[in-house]
Amino acid sequence: MDVLPILSTLHRHKLTAWLLILEIALTCAIVCNAVFLIGQQLQRMDLPSGIAEHELVQIQLGYVGNTPDAKAQTQTDLAALRQIPGVKQVALTRYLPFNLDGGSNTGIKLNPQQQQKTLDAAQYLGQNLLPTLGTRLVEGRNFRLSEYVDLDAAVAALNRGNLKGLPQVMIITRAIAERLWPGKNALGKTLYVGNGIPFRVIGVVAQLARHKRLQQGVEYSTVWPIRMTSADGASYVIRCAPKDRTAVLKAAVAKLKQLDPNRVVLKARAYDAVRRAFFANDRAMAGILVGVIAALLIVTALGIVGLASFWVSQRRRMIGVRRALGATRGDILRYFQTENFVLATIGIALGMVLAYAINLFLMLHYELPRLPAIYFPVGAIALWLIGQLAVLGPALRAAAVPPVVATRSV
Amino acid sequence: MFGYYLELALRSLRRNKVLTALMVLAIALGIGASMTTLTVLHVLSGDPVPGRSSTLYYPQVDPRDMSGYLPGKSQPMYQMSWIDGMNLLRAKRADRQALMTGGLVAVQPHNTMLDPFYEAARFTTAGFFPMFGVPFEYGHAWSAADDEAHARVVVISAALNDKLFGGKDSTGKTLRLSGASFRVVGVLGDWHPNPQFYDLLRKSFGENEGVYVPLSTSQDVGMNHDGSTDCWGNGGSGKNPSHTAPCAWLQFWVQLDTPSRAAAYKTFLVHYSEQQKALGRFQRPPNVRLRDVMQWLDYNRVVPDNVRLQTWLALGFLLVCLVNTVGLMLAKFMRRAPELGVRRALGASKRALFAQLLVESGLVGLAGGTGGLLLALLGLWLVRRQPAEYASLAHLDPAMLLVTFLLALGASLLAGLLPAWRACQIAPALQLKSN
Repeated sequence: MDVLPILSTLHRHKLTAWLLILEIALTCAIVCNAVFLIGQQLQRMDLPSGIAEHELVQIQLGYVGNTPDAKAQTQTDLAALRQIPGVKQVALTRYLPFNLDGGSNTGIKLNPQQQQKTLDAAQYLGQNLLPTLGTRLVEGRNFRLSEYVDLDAAVAALNRGNLKGLPQVMIITRAIAERLWPGKNALGKTLYVGNGIPFRVIGVVAQLARHKRLQQGVEYSTVWPIRMTSADGASYVIRCAPKDRTAVLKAAVAKLKQLDPNRVVLKARAYDAVRRAFFANDRAMAGILVGVIAALLIVTALGIVGLASFWVSQRRRMIGVRRALGATRGDILRYFQTENFVLATIGIALGMVLAYAINLFLMLHYELPRLPAIYFPVGAIALWLIGQLAVLGPALRAAAVPPVVATRSV
Repeated sequence: MFGYYLELALRSLRRNKVLTALMVLAIALGIGASMTTLTVLHVLSGDPVPGRSSTLYYPQVDPRDMSGYLPGKSQPMYQMSWIDGMNLLRAKRADRQALMTGGLVAVQPHNTMLDPFYEAARFTTAGFFPMFGVPFEYGHAWSAADDEAHARVVVISAALNDKLFGGKDSTGKTLRLSGASFRVVGVLGDWHPNPQFYDLLRKSFGENEGVYVPLSTSQDVGMNHDGSTDCWGNGGSGKNPSHTAPCAWLQFWVQLDTPSRAAAYKTFLVHYSEQQKALGRFQRPPNVRLRDVMQWLDYNRVVPDNVRLQTWLALGFLLVCLVNTVGLMLAKFMRRAPELGVRRALGASKRALFAQLLVESGLVGLAGGTGGLLLALLGLWLVRRQPAEYASLAHLDPAMLLVTFLLALGASLLAGLLPAWRACQIAPALQLKSN
């Protein structure tokens, strides 16, 4: 198909042609960026937590009135929970990965004299945490019972400046180990928190995501040998087979209420619900973006249909003359399709530049990486397809114009 | 004349139903999407305390050690430590002041039909209520003397009063909170500041607390703190932060009625920091901030990034819809070239044709605006079903309703300008000849 006659025709309809090109360019730019944003949201929602997500349930209790001897009560609770059929492991901790409840963080330094912290890590406190969460140790060992310190004793020691009363060891994620000591073995090394409080690394876990504030480094987490009680705000975390979760949760809540009716169940849920709630906004945003892309493509397609129909009716005589001079239906069909292809290509080329500019703007104002080049062909193909589909109807109608039209005056 | 144009426009719009429908649909979609996101943005960036926000300030000081200090760059501590909060509260240098923090209390209803439950609480001082202009349905706030006396008094929200006392006047009644007995002195009226500017770390949007207790009393009873605790140096905290530990966990607000009072207060904060540094408590050079409510909300970026992004996206969408409408309108007007040519030949001026075509595009705009309004209502309903904490606030108010129609009308008139101008350039003779 010769493009030159098409270009000369378009030259006579400059304004309309440019409008169509502009519309395609804008759509292409927005669609590229929207698809990219969806990719970002999906990537975030897919982040691994490093725990046995489908095997965990969480129960948080609140005391009404005076708190009894919290430590003794906690021991009784833990012992009773372990008796429930189906329960594999029980732990106490305050926050879980990817939760909306809150988080606890600490600055980590390599050198006690350092002014700025090297990295900001999440703190996981509580007893029997790693076996319950199902977090895999890749180096070193878990905590020994003798290494644990009670939370209230640790806080008191800290506030008195008595470093002996604090835990001495810590387990870190592989991400931290590689950030602090790249290429070296982290076991036995010392890191510092606060104003030079030393901790010896005794274990490294493969993966453990932080509670929230993911922009500080999703995989920067530390585990401390600190015992908590449910009066400290900690939750019971129970590991069981995925199919037992509902039954275990129900039995555990009943057992805990029976042991001390003087408390309120604040949370009783499977971990899946925690994660779902954390990423609910990302999911909603991805849904909105999909809706916007669909609406944009539909509007653009309708615009192409409208303009193409207009052109077809405007050029009926020309089409009739061409048909009378021997052009086949296929020639007419291909003419309109090529015309649309030419317009779409110019629009897409402009759209790419615009997409890149929008991405630069978004990078300035939001925490977004650069738009990868792969999104450009995706946007281009989508718009070419939409254009060809939209023009097909009017083009078929054009092809159906009989040659006899050429001989009529109107 | 306008009536005649209107009739012509209606007739012309009826002639190409499909094209008309496409234009109306494009405008409606664009307007619907942008009004939905603009309404959410409008609601979220609103003033939570109209009329007072410019006189309410959030003072910040920096009690930390030198570790991590970058001169000129480090922001002061986000919240107040107990010692600084108490010092500034007792200094009484502002027109009004209140020290506060968030908490969770166990409510044990007298009514045995109700199980005990946990309720969000605010532990604060007497200045809170008059300073923020909190309305009361029954009773009144507690007094500064109650703060001093660690009185066991409580103010509850209207929602909690409905739940516990069936909405009746409950002042004077006893309420058991976290194992202690409190006397209800007041029930709040209709008060829902959004964003919750006074403690953005708790949550930015949504329902405010149900229980208000004097800060001093909450500490006696050992009520649970609920909120962020930021420690520096070797500070640490268990569930309830200690008063002496180097930790910040309170919010301090002041009312300063004139700009000169605000300037004087800022000087006072600098002097306070210097004095504390001389005493050896502070180590950094004075590093203070005094932001009013809107500045504080802006600094905290309370409007979620997602909402801003959605607004940009919707405006981009509106732009595409407008370009689309310009194209369709151009097609429509050009198709009527013969008719316009006849009118020109019969003596209609270019101006008259232009006006007639603009009436037609305005009509499309009105129809699109109506459609857009319906779509915006649908969009806002969808937003309300989202899990975000601001979701329940997404409602259209009269101001936004007006904006919708002005935007739709303006957009379609704008879209009609170029095609109308182009159509008026037609040479009448040429059109008559070809026919």
